Amino acid sequence: MSMLEVRDLHTSFFTDAGEVKAVNGVSFFLDEGKVLGIVGESGSGKSVTAYSIMQILAGSGKIVSGSIKFRGQELVDSGEKVMKTIRGNKISIIFQDPMTSLNPTYTIGHQLMEAILLHTDRNKDQARERAVEMLRLVNVNEPEKRMNQYPYEFSGGMRQRVMIAMALACEPDILIADEPTTALDVTIQAQILELMKSLQKELGMAIIMITHDLGVVAQMCDEVIVMYAGAICEQGSADEIFYNPCHEYTKGLLRSIPTADGGKEKLKPITGTPIDLLNMPKGCAFAPRCDAAMRICLKEKCERMQINDMHAAACWMNVKKNMEGGEA
Amino acid sequence: MSEEKKQDMPLVEVKHLKQYFDISEGFFKSRPLKAVDDVSFTIRKGETLGLVGESGCGKTTVGRTILHLYKPTDGEIWYDGIKIGDKKSLEDFRKKATMVFQDPYSSLNPRMTVADIIAEPLDIHKMYSSSKERRDRILELMEYVGLNSEHASRYAHEFSGGQRQRIGIARSLALKPGFIVCDEPVSALDVSIQAQVINMFDELQEKLGLTYLFIAHDLLVVRHISDRIAVMYLGRMVELADAEEIYDHPLHPYSKSLISAVPVPDPKTARENKRIVLSGDIPSPLNAPSGCPFRTRCPHACDKCAESMPELKDMGGGHFVACHLVKEGKLG
Repeated sequence: MSMLEVRDLHTSFFTDAGEVKAVNGVSFFLDEGKVLGIVGESGSGKSVTAYSIMQILAGSGKIVSGSIKFRGQELVDSGEKVMKTIRGNKISIIFQDPMTSLNPTYTIGHQLMEAILLHTDRNKDQARERAVEMLRLVNVNEPEKRMNQYPYEFSGGMRQRVMIAMALACEPDILIADEPTTALDVTIQAQILELMKSLQKELGMAIIMITHDLGVVAQMCDEVIVMYAGAICEQGSADEIFYNPCHEYTKGLLRSIPTADGGKEKLKPITGTPIDLLNMPKGCAFAPRCDAAMRICLKEKCERMQINDMHAAACWMNVKKNMEGGEA
Repeated sequence: MSEEKKQDMPLVEVKHLKQYFDISEGFFKSRPLKAVDDVSFTIRKGETLGLVGESGCGKTTVGRTILHLYKPTDGEIWYDGIKIGDKKSLEDFRKKATMVFQDPYSSLNPRMTVADIIAEPLDIHKMYSSSKERRDRILELMEYVGLNSEHASRYAHEFSGGQRQRIGIARSLALKPGFIVCDEPVSALDVSIQAQVINMFDELQEKLGLTYLFIAHDLLVVRHISDRIAVMYLGRMVELADAEEIYDHPLHPYSKSLISAVPVPDPKTARENKRIVLSGDIPSPLNAPSGCPFRTRCPHACDKCAESMPELKDMGGGHFVACHLVKEGKLG
């Protein structure tokens, strides 16, 4: 049994314009101590998947069906009381924007201690001690002094460190990082990624890393899920995804980014514009933008197919390849 | 155009540019914030110069000051052999040099149609004699950037980020400029859309003979599009060289760490990669360190670095670097 099991998750937002199926049948397992990357463009449903796990969806959002099991315990429809024992304690989340995720009117220390007091039996002094220890762990200089400062006195990178300290204060089993470095500069990004990696080794937690940056995925992740239009189009080990992509969307993404050794030759972009979730095509969601699209792609969704032990994809091209291989 | 000929013709010359902003500290008291401090470089005709650095390093300010969106505190800007300063030269210059902004959402007026947005520069500079001429020019510009003519009467909110950026680019092309400052033009776009826009910049450059100053923080993108790259740190230019050269053989310790920090989309390289992780944050430009601005984070800093600011010096082959240790052959 995996630590976290997500099965056929459907999350929708009910808007005036209709039901927006932001997550549309997502399933994955997360094992102890693994780093799972979820990549996709804006609107692909990667953040909504994370928010569904934490059940912190915005007002109009709702988990329609599916199951999320944490250590065998069903979380969907488990109620707010159960979720409060999970959130911040067993599963923590850090958000993209470190500038707005801290409350500007409370000191850093107050905000760090709040999480500790809420989830553990520690008294105030012990909580303070723990908070200082956490700040030291994430390499904040002079943590005792920093405890009494306000968020505006911290730079972006420092704030993200505080967010990480807060998320890790209760030693969660899973850390969900929603674009943790997107708002940061490259040298600061390198610091934060390095920090997350070493903390992950030290504390042995699992990380779900949500990002649009394939570079970050390559640095951090053991396993990768590629999402498009609310569904998983490909899933596998990092090496399989980067060196043996089996979905036309993943292939397109990898072709469209400048590589480190690439020269001046033209990039090969994915044509068209991102999908409108209110107007989903009948067949494969990526078919309208896919250069290799066949007739069947427009008519029928492809089911997920196992490529090998480490790798699965939902693309008709693999079926075609198999059939051709079979004939030859 | 041959390499040699390119070299001969600097289109934009920036000489000792300084841009200070006054930060008020109560009544009558103010302190200068040195956003750009003594920066000099040239951009050749038909070239793309990439400008990289972390937030707060002054790269956007350089772009804006060149276009005189800010009045430079000191220094000169020359365009095509003419010094920009008085009213006449500025008016001419503004027709020849335009800008593409970072945020495709806030840089387009939501109350104007696409046609009016694109034609606004034409209206301001009265560049047409009949409404037919105006319309034809709008359609021509829309075609350049891959927009359909039926888009002309729509409003910006009806478009996706990538298409909005195309509208912004069409507007910047309206006056048939020779030089465009592109300020992080793709960083707000999705990965799959970025490549479309980057290719468009390439194609337009070929077709219209444009010269770009391409400001960005994504080093892989900058390397792809630029002929030469300049690296800035805390208002100073620390290194300037050919794109390949600076990427493969960076000399300045800051450029080295910046380039090594780029997450490469390749798991095998990522595992081998020895990153130089800098400690600390970029200092506030209000309290810039003495001497070399990078010395507080530099792993090689010595006493000399605190004493004097190193000059930007050609180390051979047009590879400029501002570092005492590189010059003395102790680093490289």
